[in-house]
Amino acid sequence: MQIGRVVGTVVSTQKNRKLEGAKLLLVQPMTLDDQPRGAAVLAIDSVGAGVGERVLLVIEGKAAGDALGRKAAAVDAAIIGIIDEVDYRDDV
Amino acid sequence: MILAKIVGTVVATRKDERLVSNKLLIARPMDPHGKAEGSYLVAVDTVDAGFGETVLIVSGSSARMASGMKDCPVDAAIVGIVDTIQVRDAGD
Amino acid sequence: MQLARVIGEVVATIKDANFTGTKLLVLQPIAVSGEPFGRTLVALDSVGAGVGENVFFVRGREAAFPFYPAEPPTDAAIVGIVDHWDVETLNAAPPKVPQGSDPGASATTRDGAKPKARASGKTDGPPAGR
Repeated sequence: MQIGRVVGTVVSTQKNRKLEGAKLLLVQPMTLDDQPRGAAVLAIDSVGAGVGERVLLVIEGKAAGDALGRKAAAVDAAIIGIIDEVDYRDDV
Repeated sequence: MILAKIVGTVVATRKDERLVSNKLLIARPMDPHGKAEGSYLVAVDTVDAGFGETVLIVSGSSARMASGMKDCPVDAAIVGIVDTIQVRDAGD
Repeated sequence: MQLARVIGEVVATIKDANFTGTKLLVLQPIAVSGEPFGRTLVALDSVGAGVGENVFFVRGREAAFPFYPAEPPTDAAIVGIVDHWDVETLNAAPPKVPQGSDPGASATTRDGAKPKARASGKTDGPPAGR
């Protein structure tokens, strides 16, 4: 998984049937130093995250489908947690 | 999938037995305008592509969904020979 | 899933039999600012997208799911057309605005804590191909 920050929302009326009713959020993957890393991704939100929050982001199809709770869904990214705190040392 | 040009072949007499009847081609990825982009890859051929042709290559575990590749330990397969590419440039 | 702009179409008469009836579109992944980010790719269309539209696509094995029961050997599929998106930049630098590249894009940056950028995806009528 990665740490990400929710940076926005997306509206899409015309989309795959299995995505009906799913909440889609734009998440920017971050480094441990809180810097953006790569492009933002569109992820299924299964925990009620809000814009500005730091979240646990999984980018893997099976996991994303499980988070959405639908079988054979064409999804590859999901928010699976809202982060309270990150602690790390880079001098180990 | 990516677009690529066939630039060569690989011969490997000793290889996984599931690959015995398949041609292995060297492909050079390209952007839609034909410009080389990224490093070469070796892909298993499922459509009888020839040297110099522009092809479509699928990567990852999806490559195993190509015709005849079901149990093959491959991560790149040629799945189409391109006739035309129509691109609209950024200025349009 | 990733945001992308449809920038073209590929025609391939000789291709895997499981591709029959599908449309192959060229995508340019984009950042939330609307600017190109990363390499172009070819994806199967599952929602009737047209050149010039902003879409989102899925990668990997899951890309074959929208076409069930067919199993096209694709690693990328368009699964939605974007109407619009809203982004708040939380860091100091405001997003760059693409110059004239997207008819619907506009961004306003103001002094203060939270500059907002808004880009609009689909602005024209029905996409080609329907």
